[in-house]
Amino acid sequence: MKKTFFLLLVCLLLIGLVPFVQAQDVIELDMYFPVSVGGGPDALITALCDEFHQEYPNIKVNPVYAGSYADTRTKVLAAIQAGNTPAIALMFSIDLYQLYSMDVLYDYDSFATDKAGQKWLNGFYDGFMQNSRLNEKTYGIPWQRSTIIMYYNKDMFREAGLDPEMPPTTWAELKDYAQKLTVKDAAGNTTRYGVQVPSDKAGYAYWMLQTFTLTQDGFNIMSPDGTEVFFNDPRTIKGLEFWKSLSDDGCQAPGTPKWSTTVSDFLEQKVAIMYHTTGNLTNVRKNAKFDFGTSRLPADTSYGSPTGGGNFYLFKGVPEEETKAAYTFIQWMTNNPERVAQWSIDTGYVATRPEAYETQRMIDYANDFPSALTARDQLEFAHAEFSVYDQGAVQDILDTAIEAAMTGTKTPEKAMQDAQIAADAILVDYR
Amino acid sequence: MQTNIQRIDQANRLKKRRTTWLAWLMLLPSMIILAVFTLYPIGESVYMSLFKNNMSTFVTGPVWVGLQNYVNLFTRDAVFKKAFYNNLIIAAVTIPSSVTLAVAMALFTNKVGRGKSFVRVAYFYPALLPMVAVANIWLFIYTPMYGLLGYIAPTWRLLENVDTVQWALIIMLVWKQAGYVMIFYISGLQGIDQEMYEAAKIDGANSVQAFWHVTWPMLKPTTIYVMIITMTNAYKMVDHLYIMTKGGPDNASNMLLFYVYQKAFDQSNVGVASAVTVVLIVILLLATVVQFYTQDKRTFYA
Repeated sequence: MKKTFFLLLVCLLLIGLVPFVQAQDVIELDMYFPVSVGGGPDALITALCDEFHQEYPNIKVNPVYAGSYADTRTKVLAAIQAGNTPAIALMFSIDLYQLYSMDVLYDYDSFATDKAGQKWLNGFYDGFMQNSRLNEKTYGIPWQRSTIIMYYNKDMFREAGLDPEMPPTTWAELKDYAQKLTVKDAAGNTTRYGVQVPSDKAGYAYWMLQTFTLTQDGFNIMSPDGTEVFFNDPRTIKGLEFWKSLSDDGCQAPGTPKWSTTVSDFLEQKVAIMYHTTGNLTNVRKNAKFDFGTSRLPADTSYGSPTGGGNFYLFKGVPEEETKAAYTFIQWMTNNPERVAQWSIDTGYVATRPEAYETQRMIDYANDFPSALTARDQLEFAHAEFSVYDQGAVQDILDTAIEAAMTGTKTPEKAMQDAQIAADAILVDYR
Repeated sequence: MQTNIQRIDQANRLKKRRTTWLAWLMLLPSMIILAVFTLYPIGESVYMSLFKNNMSTFVTGPVWVGLQNYVNLFTRDAVFKKAFYNNLIIAAVTIPSSVTLAVAMALFTNKVGRGKSFVRVAYFYPALLPMVAVANIWLFIYTPMYGLLGYIAPTWRLLENVDTVQWALIIMLVWKQAGYVMIFYISGLQGIDQEMYEAAKIDGANSVQAFWHVTWPMLKPTTIYVMIITMTNAYKMVDHLYIMTKGGPDNASNMLLFYVYQKAFDQSNVGVASAVTVVLIVILLLATVVQFYTQDKRTFYA
């Protein structure tokens, strides 16, 4: 009896060891990734990782869904601080300065030394490299990248006597159209708002603010080196004031409409025009029960939009073979124009390489659905997304200030002046 | 005689010492757990709150600043002030309303004839739901225009307004908590001797008088326990903020514990997060101690 038991125990121990023995042959990488749009890109990422594993049986990338971009940053930073640095992560492009200041990133240039590698690195849209390069080196490889575009409900345009093929092109037109598109019931309650630009901290308030500064001759709210912010600049204040005036004039919901419900507000036909990422384009196309159109953002003195979205990062402090495996995976994901094009078709994100737009599948798709090109065409007016050192803290200050202005606890001017002081107190350490 | 007494005395002392030892031995496991998972982290938090430890010190390592983090909190941190104040309001509102509602529900379920367990389950189930699930349900309820409340009052945007967000969340917290508190009162009610009600009846007391002079005093021990639970809950329940508002708009719904999370994880500012943690611990300890000592004397233990 005792002997049988002992044998059983040994067997169990051996069985327990099997996965460890096998694991030596296959390099496994956990990859945190964020999702901030609808339509299930998580399933697509998982499918791509599986496909990669079939082509490279000795590398297995396990995608780990980590929540929003901010949540993903939080999780990766916590992992690094706990000594469990991941080899690879798909993270916010704007986390670059923060990660750089922590000295945890590899640059891609030291790996991509051959001609093919250089061709790969230089083959992305310049607009997306603004948040990916630092001191002439590439630290992020663009993947789920976007610009903000304007979605509008063509049926409502017709109903309001507006030309559905002529969306607003200036701020003044935007407000004018939005007022015409706003609907009230007999009691005077608004049942449909003309426009919605989400302004909550849980979303991307600072990003939406950029749509109102970059359309003023491309004025951006931070310096290119990530150590200065221009919150109290008259142009920033003017942008915020215009944004708030949409609510004050009754054509946008008061308070801080949510990023997460803005798409469903649009799909439920409770708003006629929304600003949102192009990453939601395929989601909107699948679920809209009405005729809709997209266009670049209305201008004040120029067109403009921030870019946005996620890059692949490589982290220092892991075994060399893991870094190599991660590098192989990133190149596989982003180098093939067909794959990049298909990802863009499946989600609405901009294909990060011009050559993807020359593939037959993309040409066919865009012929059938011209909105697929709106965000890409806007790239020539696009600028870097808000990105500074100590991103988490500074972004929180700006988001809070926007909420304060939109809810009326402070005037836009006061909110931005206070935010400037608070941000300077943090950024002074990096100058 | 003398020696006999001495002998008994000695035996008693020996026995006492042995039981003391035994008591310590039996307390040991929980003391170890308390030390490792409560006392050590508290000590560590106090220690870490004395350093500047944020993104700017990541490469160089934490810098000693003494009490500067605390000074900053109380003199110029507007978010901390707001979260502190919000927490006070939540405690001041949710504690009495949860208790009142719970007593009412407990009395009602005791009175109800048929379907007693159905009513109890209906009252209790919010307590079983995870906070995150509750947050998502109420997010739908509060969604403007086409949420549940949107059908009744399409113009309400409770979560997007600094004046209403706190109250919208408090309603949810009470809804979630009252059923849980009710369970304690149901068992408290069962512990009251029926003879006391009979005596009250003979004395000519009506049901309101019976409640104030019999039921409520006899429920005192339950109430004290419940007060401590709801008090700590008022500071502990923050999961919904993560789903619903992230403390916004303009920190109008922020709470101390969520602020700790934001500072520690969203902003990697361990020094300030530790300082807020210490403040939070002090508040909860003080509240518990005060409640325990002031109410203990007036308790009728059944």
